[in-house]
Amino acid sequence: MKNSVKKEETYYESIIKQGYTRREFIKFATYMTAFMGLKFSAVGQIMEALETKKRIPVIWEHFQECTGCSESFIRSDHPLVADLIFDHISLDYTDTLMAAAGHNAEEAKQASMKENYGKYILVVEGAIPTKNNGVYCTIAGRTAVDIIKESAEGAAAIITFGSCSSYGGVQAASPNPTGSVPVDKIIKNKPIIKVPGCPPISEVMTAIVLHYATFETLPELDSQGRPKQFYGKRVHDSCYRRPYFDAGLFVESFDSEEAKKGYCLYKMGCRGPVTYNSCGTTGWNNGVSFPVKSGYPCIGCSENNFWDNSPFYKRLENIPGTSIEATADKIGKIILGTAAAGAAAHTIATNVLKKKELKENECMGEINENRIKE
Amino acid sequence: MKANTYNYKRVYVWELPVRIFHWTTVISMAVLITTGFVIADPPAINSSSEAFNSYWFGTVRLFHFSAAFILIANLLFRIYWAFAGNRFANWRNFIPYTKKGIQNILYVLKVDIFLQKDKKHKLSDISIGHNYLAAFSYTIMTLFFVIQVITGLGLYADNSSWWLPKMFHFVVPLLGGDIKVRYIHHIFTWLFLVFILIHVYLVLYHDYVEARGEVSAMVSGFKFVRAERIKETEEEIIEKTEKQMWNGDTEDE
Repeated sequence: MKNSVKKEETYYESIIKQGYTRREFIKFATYMTAFMGLKFSAVGQIMEALETKKRIPVIWEHFQECTGCSESFIRSDHPLVADLIFDHISLDYTDTLMAAAGHNAEEAKQASMKENYGKYILVVEGAIPTKNNGVYCTIAGRTAVDIIKESAEGAAAIITFGSCSSYGGVQAASPNPTGSVPVDKIIKNKPIIKVPGCPPISEVMTAIVLHYATFETLPELDSQGRPKQFYGKRVHDSCYRRPYFDAGLFVESFDSEEAKKGYCLYKMGCRGPVTYNSCGTTGWNNGVSFPVKSGYPCIGCSENNFWDNSPFYKRLENIPGTSIEATADKIGKIILGTAAAGAAAHTIATNVLKKKELKENECMGEINENRIKE
Repeated sequence: MKANTYNYKRVYVWELPVRIFHWTTVISMAVLITTGFVIADPPAINSSSEAFNSYWFGTVRLFHFSAAFILIANLLFRIYWAFAGNRFANWRNFIPYTKKGIQNILYVLKVDIFLQKDKKHKLSDISIGHNYLAAFSYTIMTLFFVIQVITGLGLYADNSSWWLPKMFHFVVPLLGGDIKVRYIHHIFTWLFLVFILIHVYLVLYHDYVEARGEVSAMVSGFKFVRAERIKETEEEIIEKTEKQMWNGDTEDE
């Protein structure tokens, strides 16, 4: 990877060097401004930052992951978005995409970390196993726990890219055999920006890096540590099928007439109402589509523990520790039925055991009845 | 068999605010539970009409949220009334922290739940307002209400720009996501249903066995209490004796 060569260049210089025109550069700045939810007049600010600021080095660590986040990232819709990170923001180290291998790669990382101590942004993809001293994920003979501690030390900020590094993801799903934890369980003293999603939307990362480059602060985060401008709304609230929800027009099975008509997927277990992400507004693949638009219910991939909230196509999850299909409704019905049976049994028992008292009441009442003054 | 029924006196047990609270709870709970189940699993009424024409599911949610706010206000009022109301509405009834309270719970368990014989026939064992076991079950119910209100407002917080629901923004992250919160909210709905069943049954049971107006008390506010339990003033005693003296043996006729 071309790392130390372009260290002193500004973003703009390297963008132009790559063969992009100024017009493309302005288009990109405008696009990113809109994407970041900034006001239109901020375009100038973004451009100025790109023209004058030095590139921020990025180190990208991969741990327990499927590389899907990287895949999502390299497919970001604006060509400059990917280029910005890979060539211009200078991705100094990423296992999957760098040209160097073996000792060379590790050396390059060490060099970059030393050179940019306190300045680089650390991107983490994948969860970190902690069981048995973290042997379940080792790179170059060292455990993930070890590596993350080292790389986090000199980082200005950490972006946890994807649900695994943000929440633990699939390997932290019950029963979590390798004891996987998200980054914030290990690193406590660095600002962590969570970008959950399986995979997350790629532009979000570019936006965070750009935000950092422009304003020299991190974007505003919500209570769960996610950037507010991308995770402030539920998928449900920006869903184009929302009118069907309010009108009570629901899909009840795939391949049905209702599904064809594009009704709301709420009854198909859509997690849109409980999922915070911006799929509905940004879309995927150049804004072409997102799951709901393709007729598939949201599975809430950017939510904590989403794997454990199964089954995906039902509104209610199973109760943990019970047999396969025990939902709250089933158990509720059983408890209610038991209570009703109990009440019925109690009625019978009352009539038997309190017979004397009841009889007494009745007799007394009858006597009084006969004594009513005419 | 003795030819007389006991003498009963009418005692004002449930003041009007308590009765209004009770029936407001009943109505708002009925709305909340029905709409709640509809929201959890809406029926498929898929007509050929287009979405712009109808809003029934939105209306169901509106009813749910409105009823919830009524219930919250109602609950806050009842908490106030636990300090301002009469002795039967007082908060002390609802926490069995006294020896008397614990003994009463044991008595009710023995006589009314396990239907054992009441050998002692102590008048003071029979409660006038709530018995301590029932009252304690309402305390637990109040806790359930609080849980429902907190989880409900937590789920609602993001839909709202009002400061009250917004105060509950912390709930969702605390409990591990919207799905979990929704789940807790759903489970407690079932527990309410179970409570309602047992509560209604036991009210009917008491009315059936004791026959002193348990059911109608929540409408009229009165219960019937054995005359022996009512303190009589000196004048009343004199009046009574005089009456007997004047009337002589008329009562034996």
